[in-house]
Amino acid sequence: MLLKIKAQAGSFESSDILIMVEPVEKGTGRTIELKSIVMQQFGDDLLKQIHRDLDTFNINDIRIIVNDKGALPPTISARLETALKRSAQLQAGTLNH
Amino acid sequence: MTHKQRTYKRRTMLYIPGNNPAMLQQGSVYGADGVLLDLEDAVALNQKDSARILVSHMLQYISYGTCEVTVRVNHIDTPFGLEDLKQIVPLQPNALRLPKVETLDEITRIIQVIEDIENENNLPHNHMKVHVMIETALGVQNVYDIARYSNRIDAISIGGQDLAADMQLVKTNDGIGIDYARKQIVMAAKACKIDVFDTVFVDTEDENGLRDETEYIKKLGFTGKAIINPRQIEIVNEVFTPTEQEIRKAAKIVKAFERNKAKGIGVFAVDGKMVDAPVVQRALRVLEMADIDVATL
Repeated sequence: MLLKIKAQAGSFESSDILIMVEPVEKGTGRTIELKSIVMQQFGDDLLKQIHRDLDTFNINDIRIIVNDKGALPPTISARLETALKRSAQLQAGTLNH
Repeated sequence: MTHKQRTYKRRTMLYIPGNNPAMLQQGSVYGADGVLLDLEDAVALNQKDSARILVSHMLQYISYGTCEVTVRVNHIDTPFGLEDLKQIVPLQPNALRLPKVETLDEITRIIQVIEDIENENNLPHNHMKVHVMIETALGVQNVYDIARYSNRIDAISIGGQDLAADMQLVKTNDGIGIDYARKQIVMAAKACKIDVFDTVFVDTEDENGLRDETEYIKKLGFTGKAIINPRQIEIVNEVFTPTEQEIRKAAKIVKAFERNKAKGIGVFAVDGKMVDAPVVQRALRVLEMADIDVATL
């Protein structure tokens, strides 16, 4: 997946997560800035999940800002997928943001 | 899939906005018989992609227990409908709710698209049911033809707000403007031997109004009602659940039926009132709604 523009998905609502993604130069690697209300308990799991999902989409160069309000794994994956597809301008069946 | 097959009861179906993780993950805890994960009216136009992806992930992760899980997709002629079907159909929720169906041609086309997607994914055509929403005057006129088109259509529902708008009237609590449509839709559903769901009651503060409307639509023959707030569940479930007196009477009728059947008698009396096959059927339905196994009587 080729990221083209800055994009975001999710919200600051409880049980949700706001994820902002930004394309970076090839070879830069992944930069993930993570804030979570459950950082102490689940911060590592959250980070691992984001890396796993990025692997799935074959994305190695990206800057991500994550603000988690206690989201479950399906919400985390969904919001990341949405942000990535918006960034890659692949979101079929929606209106422009 | 983690959710189970449908339960028999369909008294309450709780709409859950498809872009709200908190409500999606808690949907089954409130006590509704079913959840309606909504990609249509409850989702802002610029969040359709987000909701579709979120619901797809939730369907694969969350267990809704005994709740029937239905996803309301956008109409196929909107920019969102086809993509909704492409993402949701392979996940095979218990049912899809199709909004604003108006003609036989339209339902034919939509079900063909659903079955093409199922074919591409090697899925059977008989697992996921289809609920058709009638929300326009034209839909009301064509409801019987629509309802009987396919045996995977196992429920029709009336969308009162959109129907009122289409009829250029304001939906009032007494429901006068949509009364004909309600009756027409019930009759079509009964003719096809399928379930029929009433529209939402939008004033979540008006508990008496909700009870009055639910009692009325139960008398018309509706199977259950869509609801928009968990606080509406108890009232609607209560109205659709048989009372103790009704259960006792039904049990008496069924027991008398069994005794008379053994003697070869088809028509008999209970408490001075004639009982024949339709009365027994109604009694059996009451016991089913009360979760009473006839074999235990």
